[in-house]
Amino acid sequence: MTGQTQSPIIEVAGRGLAPIIQLIGIYVFFHGHYGPGGGFQGGVLLAAGVLLLRMTVGAENSQAQVAAKTTLIKCAVGAVIFVGTGIVAILGGGYFLDYAYLPVQWFEPEYMRYYGILFVELGITLGVMTGLITIYDDLLEVDYA
Amino acid sequence: MMYTVADLPGRGDLNAPAQQIINPVGTPVAGAYYIQNAYKDAKTPNMVCVVLADYRSTDTMGELIVVFAGAIGCFFVLRRKRS
Repeated sequence: MTGQTQSPIIEVAGRGLAPIIQLIGIYVFFHGHYGPGGGFQGGVLLAAGVLLLRMTVGAENSQAQVAAKTTLIKCAVGAVIFVGTGIVAILGGGYFLDYAYLPVQWFEPEYMRYYGILFVELGITLGVMTGLITIYDDLLEVDYA
Repeated sequence: MMYTVADLPGRGDLNAPAQQIINPVGTPVAGAYYIQNAYKDAKTPNMVCVVLADYRSTDTMGELIVVFAGAIGCFFVLRRKRS
């Protein structure tokens, strides 16, 4: 599973499908405010696009999109975005993860909660996407470290 | 089962027995508060998203920490060392 596939049909299909899957993933992430969707589902779809490239064009060739050595760090960054939003809300005078007290001046508190939810979902998406990719990369037989 | 599903109340129906404003014990129900105030509090049309990421955001933070713990566990167990 590590090298490039021998079949040109699979390679072309994977290269064509992966950006569409990732576009749907971004759509699902932003659609979480208005209907079914959200950070976890969008992150899983983004990870599915990257893993399809990992399996079709080869693990080495797909490093240009998401490098294997940076995925665990990006997963930690996603968790830090979520927890850091809560701690910044504490520093702003509210409770933990109370988005209305984030120190941004030019929003009403209701819209501050709106963008706080969006920011937190961004952290969820980044964390879930890179978390799944790093589990797949750890299962491979290749040494990237 | 299909016959039963047809009789279920709609999403956000305040007249449903599970979402009454005051429960039989006499205390207010949290779900009715979310239905009435989710859009006013966060200006987000999706009630589920507000409950998930605003009212109960500590639970969602725990889920993300679980995903991160799984990733870092796989890192330490499975990743090959540089030879």
